[in-house]
Amino acid sequence: MNSMFSHGVPLSYYLLLSALLFALGVVGFLIKRNLITVFMSIELMLNAVNLSFVTFAHEWHAVKGQIFVFFVMMVAAAEAAVGLAIIIAIFRARATLAVDRIDLMKL
Amino acid sequence: MHLILFFVFAGFCLAGAINLLLQSHPINSALSLIVVMTSLAVLYLLLGAEFLAAAQVIVYAGAIMVLFTFVVMLLNAGREERTLGSGVARAVGFPAVVAILGVIATVIVKAQDLGVAKLGEGLTNAPGGTNIEALSKVLFTELLLPFEVTSVLILIAILGAVALASHDRERQAGK
Repeated sequence: MNSMFSHGVPLSYYLLLSALLFALGVVGFLIKRNLITVFMSIELMLNAVNLSFVTFAHEWHAVKGQIFVFFVMMVAAAEAAVGLAIIIAIFRARATLAVDRIDLMKL
Repeated sequence: MHLILFFVFAGFCLAGAINLLLQSHPINSALSLIVVMTSLAVLYLLLGAEFLAAAQVIVYAGAIMVLFTFVVMLLNAGREERTLGSGVARAVGFPAVVAILGVIATVIVKAQDLGVAKLGEGLTNAPGGTNIEALSKVLFTELLLPFEVTSVLILIAILGAVALASHDRERQAGK
Protein backbone atom coordinates (compact mmCIF):
# COMPACT_ATOMS: atom_id res chain seq x y z
CA MET A 1 0.00 0.00 0.00
CA ASN A 2 3.00 2.25 0.51
CA SER A 3 3.86 2.28 -3.18
CA MET A 4 0.45 3.75 -3.92
CA PHE A 5 1.46 7.22 -2.73
CA SER A 6 5.14 7.23 -3.53
CA HIS A 7 5.60 7.41 -7.28
CA GLY A 8 3.20 5.77 -9.66
CA VAL A 9 -0.32 4.58 -10.07
CA PRO A 10 -1.05 0.87 -9.56
CA LEU A 11 -2.20 -0.65 -12.81
CA SER A 12 -5.19 -2.11 -11.01
CA TYR A 13 -6.58 1.45 -10.80
CA TYR A 14 -6.54 1.64 -14.58
CA LEU A 15 -8.22 -1.76 -14.83
CA LEU A 16 -10.88 -0.74 -12.30
CA LEU A 17 -11.54 2.43 -14.31
CA SER A 18 -11.83 0.31 -17.42
CA ALA A 19 -14.30 -2.04 -15.71
CA LEU A 20 -16.36 0.91 -14.45
CA LEU A 21 -16.48 2.49 -17.91
CA PHE A 22 -17.53 -0.83 -19.42
CA ALA A 23 -20.31 -1.23 -16.83
CA LEU A 24 -21.50 2.33 -17.52
CA GLY A 25 -21.57 1.46 -21.22
CA VAL A 26 -23.71 -1.62 -20.57
CA VAL A 27 -26.07 0.42 -18.36
CA GLY A 28 -26.33 3.03 -21.11
CA PHE A 29 -27.08 0.29 -23.62
CA LEU A 30 -29.93 -0.88 -21.37
CA ILE A 31 -31.49 2.41 -20.31
CA LYS A 32 -31.08 4.67 -23.34
CA ARG A 33 -34.07 4.81 -25.65
CA ASN A 34 -32.47 6.64 -28.56
CA LEU A 35 -30.81 4.57 -31.28
CA ILE A 36 -27.85 6.95 -31.63
CA THR A 37 -27.19 7.05 -27.88
CA VAL A 38 -27.35 3.26 -27.71
CA PHE A 39 -24.68 3.22 -30.42
CA MET A 40 -22.61 5.69 -28.38
CA SER A 41 -22.79 3.33 -25.40
CA ILE A 42 -21.28 0.61 -27.59
CA GLU A 43 -18.43 2.97 -28.47
CA LEU A 44 -17.96 3.61 -24.74
CA MET A 45 -17.62 -0.13 -24.10
CA LEU A 46 -15.07 -0.44 -26.93
CA ASN A 47 -13.04 2.39 -25.40
CA ALA A 48 -13.14 0.77 -21.96
CA VAL A 49 -11.73 -2.47 -23.37
CA ASN A 50 -9.05 -0.49 -25.23
CA LEU A 51 -7.94 1.03 -21.94
CA SER A 52 -7.39 -2.40 -20.38
CA PHE A 53 -5.47 -3.49 -23.50
CA VAL A 54 -3.12 -0.52 -23.13
CA THR A 55 -2.77 -1.21 -19.40
CA PHE A 56 -1.77 -4.83 -19.97
CA ALA A 57 0.58 -3.79 -22.77
CA HIS A 58 2.26 -1.52 -20.23
CA GLU A 59 2.38 -4.29 -17.65
CA TRP A 60 4.11 -6.82 -19.89
CA HIS A 61 5.98 -4.35 -22.12
CA ALA A 62 4.25 -5.97 -25.06
CA VAL A 63 3.96 -3.82 -28.14
CA LYS A 64 1.33 -6.07 -29.68
CA GLY A 65 -1.24 -5.02 -27.11
CA GLN A 66 -1.02 -1.46 -28.38
CA ILE A 67 -1.18 -2.64 -31.99
CA PHE A 68 -4.35 -4.54 -31.17
CA VAL A 69 -5.86 -1.31 -29.85
CA PHE A 70 -4.90 0.32 -33.15
CA PHE A 71 -6.76 -2.41 -35.05
CA VAL A 72 -9.75 -2.05 -32.73
CA MET A 73 -9.82 1.67 -33.56
CA MET A 74 -9.81 0.93 -37.29
CA VAL A 75 -12.61 -1.59 -36.96
CA ALA A 76 -14.54 0.83 -34.75
CA ALA A 77 -14.23 3.51 -37.43
CA ALA A 78 -15.60 1.12 -40.06
CA GLU A 79 -18.32 0.00 -37.66
CA ALA A 80 -19.34 3.57 -36.89
CA ALA A 81 -19.59 4.45 -40.59
CA VAL A 82 -21.75 1.43 -41.44
CA GLY A 83 -23.79 1.66 -38.24
CA LEU A 84 -24.64 5.32 -38.72
CA ALA A 85 -25.57 4.62 -42.36
CA ILE A 86 -27.94 1.91 -41.14
CA ILE A 87 -29.41 4.37 -38.61
CA ILE A 88 -30.00 6.87 -41.44
CA ALA A 89 -31.69 4.16 -43.52
CA ILE A 90 -33.90 3.17 -40.56
CA PHE A 91 -34.81 6.80 -39.95
CA ARG A 92 -35.84 7.18 -43.61
CA ALA A 93 -38.09 4.14 -43.40
CA ARG A 94 -39.56 4.69 -39.92
CA ALA A 95 -39.12 8.43 -39.21
CA THR A 96 -38.23 7.61 -35.61
CA LEU A 97 -35.13 6.86 -33.58
CA ALA A 98 -36.87 5.40 -30.52
CA VAL A 99 -35.73 1.82 -30.06
CA ASP A 100 -39.13 0.81 -28.69
CA ARG A 101 -40.72 1.50 -32.08
CA ILE A 102 -38.00 -0.22 -34.10
CA ASP A 103 -38.84 -3.78 -33.20
CA LEU A 104 -39.17 -5.43 -36.60
CA MET A 105 -36.38 -6.68 -38.82
CA LYS A 106 -38.34 -5.62 -41.88
CA LEU A 107 -37.91 -1.98 -42.76
CA MET B 1 2.18 13.86 -10.17
CA HIS B 2 1.12 10.75 -12.04
CA LEU B 3 -1.42 9.97 -9.33
CA ILE B 4 -2.93 13.47 -9.50
CA LEU B 5 -3.12 13.38 -13.30
CA PHE B 6 -4.65 9.92 -13.19
CA PHE B 7 -7.34 10.91 -10.71
CA VAL B 8 -8.19 14.14 -12.53
CA PHE B 9 -8.62 12.46 -15.90
CA ALA B 10 -10.21 9.30 -14.53
CA GLY B 11 -12.69 11.66 -12.87
CA PHE B 12 -13.31 13.38 -16.21
CA CYS B 13 -13.82 9.97 -17.81
CA LEU B 14 -16.34 8.78 -15.26
CA ALA B 15 -18.13 12.14 -15.14
CA GLY B 16 -18.42 12.13 -18.93
CA ALA B 17 -19.71 8.56 -18.99
CA ILE B 18 -22.30 9.28 -16.28
CA ASN B 19 -23.31 12.48 -18.05
CA LEU B 20 -23.78 10.45 -21.25
CA LEU B 21 -26.35 8.35 -19.40
CA LEU B 22 -28.12 11.26 -17.74
CA GLN B 23 -28.51 13.61 -20.70
CA SER B 24 -31.69 13.20 -22.66
CA HIS B 25 -30.58 15.02 -25.79
CA PRO B 26 -28.28 12.98 -28.10
CA ILE B 27 -26.03 15.94 -28.89
CA ASN B 28 -25.22 16.39 -25.19
CA SER B 29 -24.44 12.68 -24.94
CA ALA B 30 -22.14 12.97 -27.97
CA LEU B 31 -20.28 15.91 -26.43
CA SER B 32 -19.78 14.07 -23.13
CA LEU B 33 -18.51 11.06 -25.08
CA ILE B 34 -15.89 13.36 -26.62
CA VAL B 35 -14.82 14.31 -23.07
CA VAL B 36 -14.49 10.61 -22.20
CA MET B 37 -12.40 9.86 -25.28
CA THR B 38 -10.09 12.84 -24.87
CA SER B 39 -9.46 11.98 -21.21
CA LEU B 40 -8.75 8.40 -22.27
CA ALA B 41 -6.14 9.79 -24.67
CA VAL B 42 -4.43 11.49 -21.70
CA LEU B 43 -4.53 8.20 -19.77
CA TYR B 44 -2.88 6.47 -22.77
CA LEU B 45 -0.15 9.10 -22.62
CA LEU B 46 0.33 8.35 -18.91
CA LEU B 47 0.71 4.68 -19.81
CA GLY B 48 3.38 5.52 -22.36
CA ALA B 49 1.32 4.92 -25.50
CA GLU B 50 1.98 8.15 -27.38
CA PHE B 51 0.90 6.93 -30.79
CA LEU B 52 -2.38 5.57 -29.45
CA ALA B 53 -3.07 8.83 -27.62
CA ALA B 54 -2.71 10.72 -30.90
CA ALA B 55 -4.78 8.13 -32.77
CA GLN B 56 -7.45 8.25 -30.08
CA VAL B 57 -7.80 12.02 -30.44
CA ILE B 58 -7.73 11.96 -34.25
CA VAL B 59 -9.78 8.83 -34.97
CA TYR B 60 -12.19 8.64 -32.04
CA ALA B 61 -12.62 12.18 -30.71
CA GLY B 62 -12.13 13.57 -34.20
CA ALA B 63 -13.48 11.42 -37.00
CA ILE B 64 -15.96 9.11 -35.31
CA MET B 65 -17.52 11.74 -33.07
CA VAL B 66 -17.82 14.19 -35.96
CA LEU B 67 -19.73 11.45 -37.77
CA PHE B 68 -21.97 11.00 -34.71
CA THR B 69 -22.72 14.69 -34.26
CA PHE B 70 -23.28 15.01 -37.99
CA VAL B 71 -25.87 12.22 -37.95
CA VAL B 72 -27.55 13.68 -34.85
CA MET B 73 -27.88 17.01 -36.64
CA LEU B 74 -28.85 15.45 -39.98
CA LEU B 75 -31.68 13.42 -38.48
CA ASN B 76 -32.64 16.33 -36.23
CA ALA B 77 -32.79 13.93 -33.32
CA GLY B 78 -34.76 15.50 -30.52
CA ARG B 79 -35.13 14.79 -26.86
CA GLU B 80 -35.55 11.10 -26.24
CA GLU B 81 -38.70 9.87 -24.62
CA ARG B 82 -38.10 8.12 -21.36
CA THR B 83 -39.75 4.76 -21.19
CA LEU B 84 -39.09 1.96 -18.81
CA GLY B 85 -37.86 -0.33 -21.55
CA SER B 86 -38.40 -4.03 -21.50
CA GLY B 87 -38.96 -5.89 -18.26
CA VAL B 88 -36.31 -8.43 -19.20
CA ALA B 89 -33.68 -5.70 -19.47
CA ARG B 90 -34.50 -4.49 -15.98
CA ALA B 91 -34.86 -7.93 -14.39
CA VAL B 92 -31.82 -9.58 -15.95
CA GLY B 93 -29.68 -6.76 -17.32
CA PHE B 94 -28.96 -4.68 -14.24
CA PRO B 95 -28.18 -7.60 -11.90
CA ALA B 96 -25.95 -8.96 -14.65
CA VAL B 97 -24.11 -5.63 -14.90
CA VAL B 98 -23.59 -5.55 -11.14
CA ALA B 99 -22.43 -9.19 -11.15
CA ILE B 100 -19.97 -8.65 -14.01
CA LEU B 101 -18.57 -5.50 -12.40
CA GLY B 102 -18.27 -7.26 -9.04
CA VAL B 103 -16.46 -10.27 -10.51
CA ILE B 104 -14.04 -8.12 -12.55
CA ALA B 105 -13.36 -5.80 -9.61
CA THR B 106 -12.64 -8.67 -7.19
CA VAL B 107 -10.31 -10.33 -9.70
CA ILE B 108 -8.44 -7.05 -10.27
CA VAL B 109 -8.19 -6.21 -6.58
CA LYS B 110 -6.98 -9.71 -5.74
CA ALA B 111 -4.36 -9.71 -8.50
CA GLN B 112 -1.42 -8.50 -6.43
CA ASP B 113 1.29 -9.11 -9.00
CA LEU B 114 0.25 -6.23 -11.21
CA GLY B 115 2.87 -3.55 -11.55
CA VAL B 116 2.87 0.17 -10.97
CA ALA B 117 2.76 2.67 -13.82
CA LYS B 118 5.25 5.49 -13.61
CA LEU B 119 5.44 8.61 -15.67
CA GLY B 120 7.56 8.41 -18.81
CA GLU B 121 7.88 4.66 -18.62
CA GLY B 122 6.26 2.62 -21.33
CA LEU B 123 7.58 0.08 -23.75
CA THR B 124 11.17 1.08 -23.02
CA ASN B 125 12.16 -2.57 -22.67
CA ALA B 126 10.90 -3.28 -26.16
CA PRO B 127 13.36 -3.19 -29.06
CA GLY B 128 13.55 0.21 -30.69
CA GLY B 129 13.85 3.51 -28.91
CA THR B 130 10.55 5.30 -28.84
CA ASN B 131 7.03 3.97 -28.63
CA ILE B 132 6.22 4.79 -32.24
CA GLU B 133 9.43 3.18 -33.46
CA ALA B 134 8.71 -0.04 -31.59
CA LEU B 135 5.10 -0.01 -32.75
CA SER B 136 5.84 0.56 -36.42
CA LYS B 137 8.59 -2.05 -36.49
CA VAL B 138 6.17 -4.78 -35.47
CA LEU B 139 3.26 -3.34 -37.45
CA PHE B 140 5.09 -3.14 -40.76
CA THR B 141 7.06 -6.37 -40.52
CA GLU B 142 5.19 -9.05 -38.62
CA LEU B 143 1.68 -7.68 -38.96
CA LEU B 144 1.86 -6.19 -42.42
CA LEU B 145 -0.83 -8.44 -43.88
CA PRO B 146 -3.48 -7.67 -41.19
CA PHE B 147 -2.62 -3.99 -41.58
CA GLU B 148 -3.25 -4.12 -45.32
CA VAL B 149 -6.43 -6.13 -44.80
CA THR B 150 -7.78 -3.31 -42.60
CA SER B 151 -7.43 -0.93 -45.53
CA VAL B 152 -9.67 -3.23 -47.58
CA LEU B 153 -12.08 -3.38 -44.63
CA ILE B 154 -12.23 0.43 -44.46
CA LEU B 155 -12.84 0.59 -48.23
CA ILE B 156 -15.70 -1.91 -47.93
CA ALA B 157 -17.12 0.07 -45.01
CA ILE B 158 -17.06 3.29 -47.05
CA LEU B 159 -18.80 1.61 -49.99
CA GLY B 160 -21.31 -0.02 -47.64
CA ALA B 161 -22.07 3.27 -45.89
CA VAL B 162 -22.62 5.02 -49.22
CA ALA B 163 -24.82 2.21 -50.51
CA LEU B 164 -26.89 2.10 -47.31
CA ALA B 165 -27.39 5.83 -46.96
CA SER B 166 -27.98 6.70 -50.62
CA HIS B 167 -31.39 7.74 -51.88
CA ASP B 168 -31.30 5.56 -55.00
CA ARG B 169 -32.09 2.33 -53.26
CA GLU B 170 -35.21 3.84 -51.70
CA ARG B 171 -36.41 5.20 -55.03
CA GLN B 172 -35.94 1.83 -56.70
CA ALA B 173 -37.88 0.18 -53.92
CA GLY B 174 -40.66 2.72 -54.34
CA LYS B 175 -41.13 1.99 -58.04
